Amino acid sequence: MKISRKEVEHVAALARLAFSPEEVELFTRQFNDILDYINKLNEIDLEDVEPTSHVQPLHTVLREDEAVPGDSALLEAVLREAPETENGFFKVPPVID
Amino acid sequence: MHLFTLTAVEAAQALQRREISSVQLVRDIYDRIDNVEPQVRGFISLLSREEALAAAENVDRMLKQGVSLSPLAGIPMALKDNICTNGIPTTCASLILKGYRPPYDAHVTTALREAGAILIGKSNMDEFAMGSSTENSAYHLTCNPWDLQRVPGGSSGGSAALVAAGEVFFALGSDTGGSIRQPASFCGVVGLKPTYGLVSRYGLIAFASSLDQIGPLTRDVQDCAYVLEIIAGHDPRDSTSVSREKERYTAYLGKEIKGQRVALPVECFGEGLEKEIKELVMGALAKCTEVGVSVYEASAPSTAYALPAYYLVAPAEASSNLARYDGIQYGLSIRSGSNLLDLYYATRSKGFGAEVKRRIMLGTYALSSGYYDAYYLKALKMRTLIRQEFESIFKDHDFIVTPTSPTVAFKIGEQKDDPLTMYLNDIYTITANLCGFPAISIPCGFVEGMPVGLQVIGRPFDEGRMLQFCYVLESLLGLKGRLAEMKLKEE
Repeated sequence: MKISRKEVEHVAALARLAFSPEEVELFTRQFNDILDYINKLNEIDLEDVEPTSHVQPLHTVLREDEAVPGDSALLEAVLREAPETENGFFKVPPVID
Repeated sequence: MHLFTLTAVEAAQALQRREISSVQLVRDIYDRIDNVEPQVRGFISLLSREEALAAAENVDRMLKQGVSLSPLAGIPMALKDNICTNGIPTTCASLILKGYRPPYDAHVTTALREAGAILIGKSNMDEFAMGSSTENSAYHLTCNPWDLQRVPGGSSGGSAALVAAGEVFFALGSDTGGSIRQPASFCGVVGLKPTYGLVSRYGLIAFASSLDQIGPLTRDVQDCAYVLEIIAGHDPRDSTSVSREKERYTAYLGKEIKGQRVALPVECFGEGLEKEIKELVMGALAKCTEVGVSVYEASAPSTAYALPAYYLVAPAEASSNLARYDGIQYGLSIRSGSNLLDLYYATRSKGFGAEVKRRIMLGTYALSSGYYDAYYLKALKMRTLIRQEFESIFKDHDFIVTPTSPTVAFKIGEQKDDPLTMYLNDIYTITANLCGFPAISIPCGFVEGMPVGLQVIGRPFDEGRMLQFCYVLESLLGLKGRLAEMKLKEE
């Protein structure tokens, strides 16, 4: 399976990354090298093998759904890191033109 | 004698006996840092001498009052820069988190703080822990203290270099595919990736959540056991943190290893491995047989497919984890465009480096519609096969031994432009991550003056016996706690 420049551009859009034409060129080449290597997996018959998405016997860890009192110092520390805030909220540019 | 040459435990014992003070240790460490850090550059950020001295004075005061403290109280250490430290910059060596000060401590940060260890600084790394040389740091290179022309390994290259150069007594790193063990091998220190779930990942900035584990980088095996004892244990804030009784790893040290059975997977000793490294690992095992350990050949043919499986699983998880960097809540934010989408594109394209973008792209592709079955699902199935093979070896062997890395530390710049060659560095280490098994690298000799690491992989939660085994091996090899010899600045 070869990946084309067009597919690289499509994946970049999904990942919200912008590339120059030169970068797309380089990425396409490196992508194909890496995929060639990854395609080694096709040498093995995996039809009847169960997938392992996680190494631990997974069970959903639950806790009581209790309201915890707000911590104004923590809120302040969180908002201190935000690029733009207004009235204790994160501020974003227009979502709809 | 300079205090920085002591191991963490030796320094701690001298402290507890009140022969030295924590203030003296901190002063000596900062003098050492002044001397060698301009060459090594292992820190991304360094706390001021005054801040560290204040913490040390506090420990000294408590010792004087006869307060019973943890064995590592008063010992200077470093944390990898993907481990959150309240109010202290935590950047993952990325421009996207430049200057970011977390509003909370990671579990391990709290554990070490409560144990009285003294944080000196945050160590350099490959951006978001993606790399094997620390060359992917957005800030600067770190040099291998054994040869400044060479890389320290990665991604925890800063942590390994700082320990090897005597700039801290120990450090923590994180390991997703070998990121503690490979730099430990390259820098001649001990590096442990614990069993998945043993150490809480709360406050570890995520790369690949099903593979990441935090672990110690230390001067010797004894130090490793002491640090592990402090950071291991259940934490409800990480739902994958395993609830089990606390173990005393230090209690295993000094017990004999007679009768233990070691397996050597033939696949890890073939093509691509430097001949001299193979000889050193085999020589170390020959010494083990002299104290009653049996060594057997084994086969794990699926390990040949571990690397391709890893390079699907890890980027897939990374592409999802790194979607959070959107320029809205924290970190870099480029708001020159007119709408939200412009903000995303501008921030992420400027904030991430080439390797991080490459992996986000690979992961996005592997998870995208139409390719999931062909790539990601296959990788997850491969993961099952590899685990089954290792479990079958562990049925009648205690440990699996391999080289940590197929080569010694390579020259800076040598592999920078060839991602696939760089990925091959992880060939012996990634299996433990894919399976969740614990694995440790300890020094086993030198090739052309550069340290070589030997890897011991164990059964889940068998860290105690692994440390017991490595403690004996370390003493048989006579390589305990050796620091890199560094040329100092003219004084």
